[in-house]
Amino acid sequence: MKRTLRIKAAALALAVAGALGAAQEAVAQANEIFVPVLVYRTGAYAPNGIPWADGYVDYLKLVNARDGGVNGIKIAFEECETGYATDRGVECYERLKSKKPVIFNPLSTGITYALTDKVAADKIVLFTTGYGRADSVDGSVFAWNFPLLGTYWSAADMLVQHVAKKGPLKGKKIALVYHDSPYGKEPIKLLEERAKREGFQLSLLPVTHPGVEQKAVWLQIRQQRPDYVFLWGWGVMNSTSIKEAIAVSYPRLQMYGVWWSSAEPDVEPAEMASKGYNGIALGHSDERDFPVHKDMVKYLYDKGQGTAKDKKDIGAVLYNRGMISAMLTIEAIKQAQSKYGKRVVTGEEVRWGAENLNLDAGKIKALGFGDMVQPLKTSCTDHEGVRKGRIHTWDGKDWSYTSDWYEADMKILNPMIKTSAAAYAAEKKITPRDCSKEK
Amino acid sequence: MIYRETGQFKTNYASDQQLFPILQDRIFVIAFLVLAFAVVPLVASEYLLRAILVPFLILSLAAIGLNILVGYCGQVSLGTGGFMAIGAYAAYNLAVRIPDLNLLVVFLLAGACATVVGALFGIPSLRIKGFYLAVATLAAQFFIDWMFARIKWFTNDSSSGNVSAPPLDIFGYTFTSPAEKYLLVLVFVCVFALIARNLVRGAIGRSWMATRDMDIAAEVIGIRPLRAKLSAFAVSSFFVGVAGALWAFVYLGSWEPLAFDVNRSFQLLFMVIIGGLGSILGSFLGAAFIVILPLFLNQFPTWLGIPLSTAAISHIEFMVFGALIVFFLIVEPRGLARLWAIGKEKLRLWPFPH
Repeated sequence: MKRTLRIKAAALALAVAGALGAAQEAVAQANEIFVPVLVYRTGAYAPNGIPWADGYVDYLKLVNARDGGVNGIKIAFEECETGYATDRGVECYERLKSKKPVIFNPLSTGITYALTDKVAADKIVLFTTGYGRADSVDGSVFAWNFPLLGTYWSAADMLVQHVAKKGPLKGKKIALVYHDSPYGKEPIKLLEERAKREGFQLSLLPVTHPGVEQKAVWLQIRQQRPDYVFLWGWGVMNSTSIKEAIAVSYPRLQMYGVWWSSAEPDVEPAEMASKGYNGIALGHSDERDFPVHKDMVKYLYDKGQGTAKDKKDIGAVLYNRGMISAMLTIEAIKQAQSKYGKRVVTGEEVRWGAENLNLDAGKIKALGFGDMVQPLKTSCTDHEGVRKGRIHTWDGKDWSYTSDWYEADMKILNPMIKTSAAAYAAEKKITPRDCSKEK
Repeated sequence: MIYRETGQFKTNYASDQQLFPILQDRIFVIAFLVLAFAVVPLVASEYLLRAILVPFLILSLAAIGLNILVGYCGQVSLGTGGFMAIGAYAAYNLAVRIPDLNLLVVFLLAGACATVVGALFGIPSLRIKGFYLAVATLAAQFFIDWMFARIKWFTNDSSSGNVSAPPLDIFGYTFTSPAEKYLLVLVFVCVFALIARNLVRGAIGRSWMATRDMDIAAEVIGIRPLRAKLSAFAVSSFFVGVAGALWAFVYLGSWEPLAFDVNRSFQLLFMVIIGGLGSILGSFLGAAFIVILPLFLNQFPTWLGIPLSTAAISHIEFMVFGALIVFFLIVEPRGLARLWAIGKEKLRLWPFPH
C-alpha cells in the first residue's frame, strides 16, 4: 500500500514538474537571426508535411554551410510540430516567439488565420508561400502577411483559364472537391465569381478532415458527371481522392489539383492508375538538376547533414517548395540588411525587406534556382509578388509540363481583394496605410 | 498534524455551512488565490500566460461544466465540443451584429444560448441512459459541427468559414496584454467555480446526485427526474457555453468549426474522468493534466539536451501521455482529486500514522 502511494506521489510530482518546467524559456543567441520552422512530421498530413519541412530546413542549413549565413550572420532555427492543428500551431508560435523570430511560415491556412492578428501586434512577418488568406495580397491592410508566389484565388483563376481554353465553359459543370477547412474553402469565392462570368455551374463537395472517407462525395460525382473536377485537398485526402476517382472511373484527365494537391505523395499511392492527373504548378514542379540541388548534395548530403532520409528526396515537388519558401525568407532578410546594415535584423526591418523584394530572372538564376521561381516584385499594394503558373501532368512516373504559362487575371481579383480586405479592416478597426507614402 | 481540525469548534450554523469548513483549507485556498491574482501576472512569462495558463483556465471552466453533468448528475455527454461551439458562435454573432453590447453581457448571453440548446439535446436523457445517451449527445456534436460549417449566416458569410473575434473591449477598457487577458479569464473561472461549488452542495445539487446514484429511488423520494436532469443539462451547457465564448474570444481570436470538433468533446470527457468525477477540484486537476502534460512532454527532451527529431519527440509525447493516462486510471480510478483527498488524510495523521 505504501509503495503504491509512493508511485502515485512520484507520478504526481512528475506532472507538477511538467507544469513548472513549461515555464522555462530558452534564450536566443545574440548574433544569430532566428527563423522558426513550424512543421508537421506526424499525423494525417505528414506525407506532404515532411518533404516541405525537409526542403525548408535544408535550405537554411545550406545557407549556413555554403555562405556562412546571411552576410556573415548565421541563421538559427528550431522546429515545432503542429500536426496541422490550429491550437497546437498557436502554441508553437507563442513558444518560439521568445527567441525573437523574424519570419513565421506556418504551412497551414488555418494557423495563418489564427496568427494574422497576433503577428501585427508582435511585429513578426508571416510568410504564406502559395497559401494563406487571399485578401492579404493587399498590404495596406495586411501589413505583416505575405502570400508570396500565389494565393488560392490566383490558383483557381488560372485553373479556370486553363479549362476555358479547351472550349467555352457556358453550361459546363465544374465540381470542387475540397478539404473542409479555411484552406479548402478559400477558392470558393473566386470560383463563384468566375461561374457567374463564364456561365458554368459550380458544385461544391466538401470532405471532412482528415479526408479518408470520401465515398459519398465520389458517388455524387458519378451521378453529376461534372466536366471537370478541381481538387483542393491536403495530406492523405489527395491520394484517397485519386483512388476514389479510379473506383468510380472518373477520368483523371479531367481532374485538376491545386499546387498542394499535385505532388508525388498524392499520385504515387495509386501508381500507374493516376496517369493523366493534372495539377497547377506553383512555378515549379519536380526538378532536380539546378545548381541549388547540386549544392544540397555537395554541402549537406555528402557530409551526412541532410534532413531528408535519402538524397533521392531532393527535388521532389514539395521539397522544392519548402526550399523556395526558405529562399524567399532568406532574401527578405538580405533585403532588410541592405537597408539597415549587415547585422541581426528585427521583425520590423524584415517586413520592409519583404515588402521591397525584387528578384529578377538573373538574380533567381544566380541563387541556383533556374526557372523554378518566376521573377517577383513585391510592394505595399501587392504582397503576392507574382501570380503565374502552368499545368503539369503525371505520366505514371514523372511530372511534366503540359501547358503554357497562365497569369491570374487581376481585373477580376483586385476588386475582390479590395472588398475583402476593407471588410477585414472595418471589423478589426485597422486604418489602412497610404501606400503612396511608403518607401 | 498539518491537517488536524482538532479544536476548530463550529458554534453557529454559518460556520458549519461555510464553503471550506477546515481552517487549513481556507488558508490554502486564499494563499492560492493571492498567488494566482497577484503574483502570477507579475512574474509569469508571456508564453506561460498565453499558451498555457489561459487555455488551462478556460478548459477548466468547461470541465467544471461537464463535471456537473457527468460527475454530479451521471448523464454521459459527448456533445461538449458542440456546446462550446454554440457559445463561441453565439458570442461572435452577438458581438458582430450588436456592436454596442457589453462583452460581459455577450459572454453571458452566449452561455444562455448554449443553455437552451443543451436543454433541448438533454430531453432524450429522460428516456435513455448510459451509452445510448452518449450516442444521442454525439449526434448533437455532429449536428452542431455541420451547422456552423454549412450555414453561412452563422459565420457572417465569411468566405473561408473562419471568423475572428472583435477586440476585447469591456467598459471602454481593451484587454490586450497577456496578463490582462489572464486576469479576465481568472475572474470568470473563479466566479463560476464558486457558483458551481455552491450549486452542487445545495438542494439542486443533491437532486442531481440522487438521480446519478439511483434514478428510481430518487423519483420515489420525490425528486422530479425531468427537472433534475434538464437542469443539469442547462447549467452544464451554460458553463460550457461561456467557456466556448472565452476560448474563441480570449484564446484563439480567430477560429473555424474544427476548433470545437468531436476531439474537443473527448478531451473534456477525459479531463473529467482523469481529474475525478463529481469534484470541482478534479476539473482543474484534469484540465492541467490534459493541457499541460503534452506540452511538457513535447519540450522535455529539448531541455535535457537530447537531440531527437521533431517526429520522434511527438511520437514519444503520444506514447508517454497515453501510458500515463492508463497508469493513473489503474492506480486511482476515482481520479486525481481522490489522490489529493488521500494525501490530506495522510497529512492529518502525520507523523503518527496508525
